[in-house]
Amino acid sequence: MTDMSDLDQLETRIMHEIAAAGDEQALEAVRVAALGKKGTISEKLKTLGSMSPEERQVMGPAINGLKNKVTEALAARRAELRDAAIAARLEREKVDVTLPVHRPPAERGRIHPITQVIDEIAAIFGDLGFSIAEGPDIETDYYNFTALNFPEGHPAREMHDTFFFEPDEKGERKLLRTHTSPVQIRTMEAQKPPIRIVIPGKTYRSDSDATHTPMFHQLEGLVIDRTANVANMKWVLTEFCKAYFEVPQINMRFRPSFFPFTEPSLEVDIQCDRSRPGEIRFGEGDDWLEILGCGMVHPNVLRHGGLDPDEYQGFAWGMGIDRIAMLKYGMPDLRAFFDADVRWLEHYGFRPLDLPTLFGGLSS
Amino acid sequence: MKFTLSWLKDHLDTEATLDEIVETLTSIGLEVESVDDKAALKPFVIAKVLTAEKHPDADKLQVLTVDTGDGKPVQVVCGAPNARAGLVGAFASPGTYVPGIDVTLSVGKIRGVESHGMMCSERELQLSDEHTGIIDLPQDAPVGESFAKWARLDDPVIEIGLTPNRPDCTGVYGIARDLAAAGLGRLKEAGVERVTGEGECPVRVHIEAPDLCRTFALRLVRGVKNGPSPKWMQQRLTAIGLRPINALVDITNYLTFDRARPLHVFDAAKVKGDLVVRRAAAGETILALDGREYTLGAEMCVIADDSGIESIAGVMGGEHSGCDENTTDVLIEAAVWEPTSVARTGRDLGIITDARYRNERGIDPAFNEPGLELATRMVMELCGGRPTQTYVAGRRYDPAERKVVSFPAAEVKRLTGLDVPGEESLSILSRLGFKPEGSGEVVQVTVPSWRPDIDGKADLVEEVMRIHGVNRIAPQPMIAKDAVGGRILTTAQIRTRLAKRTLAVRGMMEAVTWSFIPEEHARLFSDNRKLIKLANPIAADMSTMRPSLLPGLIAAAQRNADRGFADVALFEVSGTYEGERPEDQRRVAAGVRRGTARLEAHGRHWSGNAASVGVFDAKADAFAVLEACGAPVEKLQIEAGGPSWYHPGRSGTIKLGPQKILGTFGEFHPKTLEEMDVSGPLCGFEIYLDAIPEPKARPTRTRPRLDLSPFQAVKRDFAFVVDRQVEAASVTRAAAAADKKLIADVNVFDVFEGPALGPDKKSIAIEVTIQPIERTLADEDFEALAGRIVENVGKQTGGVLRS
Repeated sequence: MTDMSDLDQLETRIMHEIAAAGDEQALEAVRVAALGKKGTISEKLKTLGSMSPEERQVMGPAINGLKNKVTEALAARRAELRDAAIAARLEREKVDVTLPVHRPPAERGRIHPITQVIDEIAAIFGDLGFSIAEGPDIETDYYNFTALNFPEGHPAREMHDTFFFEPDEKGERKLLRTHTSPVQIRTMEAQKPPIRIVIPGKTYRSDSDATHTPMFHQLEGLVIDRTANVANMKWVLTEFCKAYFEVPQINMRFRPSFFPFTEPSLEVDIQCDRSRPGEIRFGEGDDWLEILGCGMVHPNVLRHGGLDPDEYQGFAWGMGIDRIAMLKYGMPDLRAFFDADVRWLEHYGFRPLDLPTLFGGLSS
Repeated sequence: MKFTLSWLKDHLDTEATLDEIVETLTSIGLEVESVDDKAALKPFVIAKVLTAEKHPDADKLQVLTVDTGDGKPVQVVCGAPNARAGLVGAFASPGTYVPGIDVTLSVGKIRGVESHGMMCSERELQLSDEHTGIIDLPQDAPVGESFAKWARLDDPVIEIGLTPNRPDCTGVYGIARDLAAAGLGRLKEAGVERVTGEGECPVRVHIEAPDLCRTFALRLVRGVKNGPSPKWMQQRLTAIGLRPINALVDITNYLTFDRARPLHVFDAAKVKGDLVVRRAAAGETILALDGREYTLGAEMCVIADDSGIESIAGVMGGEHSGCDENTTDVLIEAAVWEPTSVARTGRDLGIITDARYRNERGIDPAFNEPGLELATRMVMELCGGRPTQTYVAGRRYDPAERKVVSFPAAEVKRLTGLDVPGEESLSILSRLGFKPEGSGEVVQVTVPSWRPDIDGKADLVEEVMRIHGVNRIAPQPMIAKDAVGGRILTTAQIRTRLAKRTLAVRGMMEAVTWSFIPEEHARLFSDNRKLIKLANPIAADMSTMRPSLLPGLIAAAQRNADRGFADVALFEVSGTYEGERPEDQRRVAAGVRRGTARLEAHGRHWSGNAASVGVFDAKADAFAVLEACGAPVEKLQIEAGGPSWYHPGRSGTIKLGPQKILGTFGEFHPKTLEEMDVSGPLCGFEIYLDAIPEPKARPTRTRPRLDLSPFQAVKRDFAFVVDRQVEAASVTRAAAAADKKLIADVNVFDVFEGPALGPDKKSIAIEVTIQPIERTLADEDFEALAGRIVENVGKQTGGVLRS
């Protein structure tokens, strides 16, 4: 016979067992012992059939109530044990997150300042409707000098200043171009005006100190049509300098000067502030810094390019790419540009995905 | 070109300030490089020492009372041994900055005695190095007046950087002319009065090299007394950095700067016979006025007499016939030399003189004899003497030889955008000495003899523009022809950019190395092609145009290693030179990796150390470039081995078809590294960007249709045992060819060699991805496909399935 006190005892025992179960396996054993086919509570339930209706009315809810209580207690304990197990696993899996990770290759790589500045130049002049032209480094005397109106005997034609190769079988002596200007002639020969090009490229002169290296980079510009004049040239160069130096306004001083391949010829200074060591600010200050040479294309140069100087006219300019890179980004010594010292490249180079655009700003 | 303000005002009547003059000079193309306005000397006044007593507390000091001109004598403590009552000197009051000691004076106490200022030495005023005593002026120096003004030290010195086209502005007179034209005053026209000489010049001139000397005028002045030149002349010469020597020499220097007319004076007593203008015999020598002996070349022009060479024409005179205090008879030379000959001679001999500076720019031929007249007059004034008539050899100046340029006034507007009225243009030209004639749209303009640079109408436009004012040209926008700009880069330029950014993203740093490299490096990478050598390299290790970018990069990697950075990855995209023609310049992308500088990481790391770089790192870089540049990667073949500088067993050549080589990659030959004196591990690659075929022009940007199979893809593994020399590519190719429709991919996932496989055998394990297209495949289908794969691999490579 089962009475209520038996049930109370049973409950106390099972609840104690549940609480004592240390893992899911032990808990399962408790469940089987209580609620399994032959479990203590299952056995009690089986006795209901043989009870009198009155007895059944009392014991039925009591035993079923116990069953439900135990089931709930089991579930609660199971959840408790699972949480504890996960917590233990997580604790085991803990690592030292301060350990360093690898820098991604895209952050380690660098673009040379010359490349970056040429891309900046392309972005600006592309917007002004110019295209990019190129020409060979090894040139003839004709393209480098004669066609550009350099007289015979001009000092630039001497071995002092210009790198020459040995004469070939025809006695012609090739040279390393001393400026990007030969591409003016090559372009005029290849295409009819209107011409709007800029020509970035390597140039060579026999010279070496902190601001001169035997190889350097120049940017040539050439505009030829039927109306291009000094006023247009002032506009193009001012707009370029403003955009390139990323300042809202810039003051430029155009001074008459002399070059064999332009007439009139001008040199251009930009206003700047050099009062802070190692830093130049443009668009302010009271210093003038020479930045480029320019002028109207000399009639003889137009003629050498196959154009009638009374029909076509235009302007050209040349500036040092390395120099404007140094002015903008503050490298003190030109020679370091060509040394491939990884410390210099890391410091002055550009991240590979920093693409200069006008819509996103030339530099970040 | 240097001059002083007072000197300029000899020729320019002007009220303009120094600042206005300086600004105008730059704006008309005579760029001012420096102005020394001597402002620091302004506060010093002339003062007289009234009394001098010994300092009560110091043996070497004196206590002076000094009259500074305001009637209130001041007490000054002074240590100069020559300080004495009655001395007139230069005084600085408290508050004055003394440049020579870089101190601003204050009232001080020296050994207990107050000192209200300082009597100065020449060094303290930075006038000279003289510091043995204080400045000791003549007794009549006016007390209380500015010392600098009295001593004529307040004359600002202006230096301009002259462009080579302006010989006329190598003289103060020419500069004054330009400034007057620019509206800054009036040019004091200076006529030259002829000096009537007595008798013929006894020395004749024979021009044997008329191509080098156009004309030569000579005159003898007898009975001169050569001593120091007058103070005013010495002060001017000193101010512009010249050392006064004696009156005769100073006169030539003075006129060199004053009138752009270099002259030479010979001591007639030392000249034997007539003068001959000729080319030097190669190897002839001359002891020049700078005390150095020069060995002359056969193209150099000289002036010789019976005893030998007396002067290097237009460059520097000789020591032998130079003038000194004992000179009594002087021969004055004024000549017009061929400018390029003077320039070359000066450059070849390394002589820079004021005469060369002017002669190589071109002397005004019309001013040759007038220049000699001026010099004669000055010699007579300063040294006395009786001149002979002038002897002139060569071609004299004829006004008819002046150039005449047709000048349409509208040309100014056409070329500059400036709206200058025609009359104003002609007025500017007239002020500069041009002679416009005629009226109407085109006038004939006669070019003055002193402007050899003017050839055509564009030159006249420049004259009008620079005098009218470049600043008056308002910038005028240029309208781009398209509202939205199109692509502006060529395929080659785009590939260059893509290659650079691709390699940088792979952790490499972009180098820019010299186009010329050491000859021995070039030879190692030349593939036996002819080397392109410079005739005049700047240094022996920059002598030969690079046939490959690799030697420069390898050397750069080694330089970094030598600095302690062993793991470097460098690339360059630039030109190589296989010949001297434009088409011989190739556009190449190249890179090297050294040490452990691999893509993922380099160096040691807690998660595992990076391995040394090798052939496959280089191959991956090479293919990254090819893919970025749009090469048809799936059609490329890899041939084992590369050019001689690579490791023959660890390098490859990338080909498109049997002939076209797109690039090479690999580790380097140990002998190449040894000969370059560099160490590894090193690998590298080169891709010839211009060998990649041009992309086909497409009418539309639409991508091909994408068909995605609804059936699951399945992967099957196979391991084949093949002979050791069988290439993995032939195994994957054979497997893929078993069913081109169903097999989507074949990947090598394991390669190994071992004794179990037998000698000279290796195992290649591949994973084949099978993508059913029309239906799910049944087991039998897979069996059949597997059989075909095994069969095909066996047939193509001799490989057997590993059991």
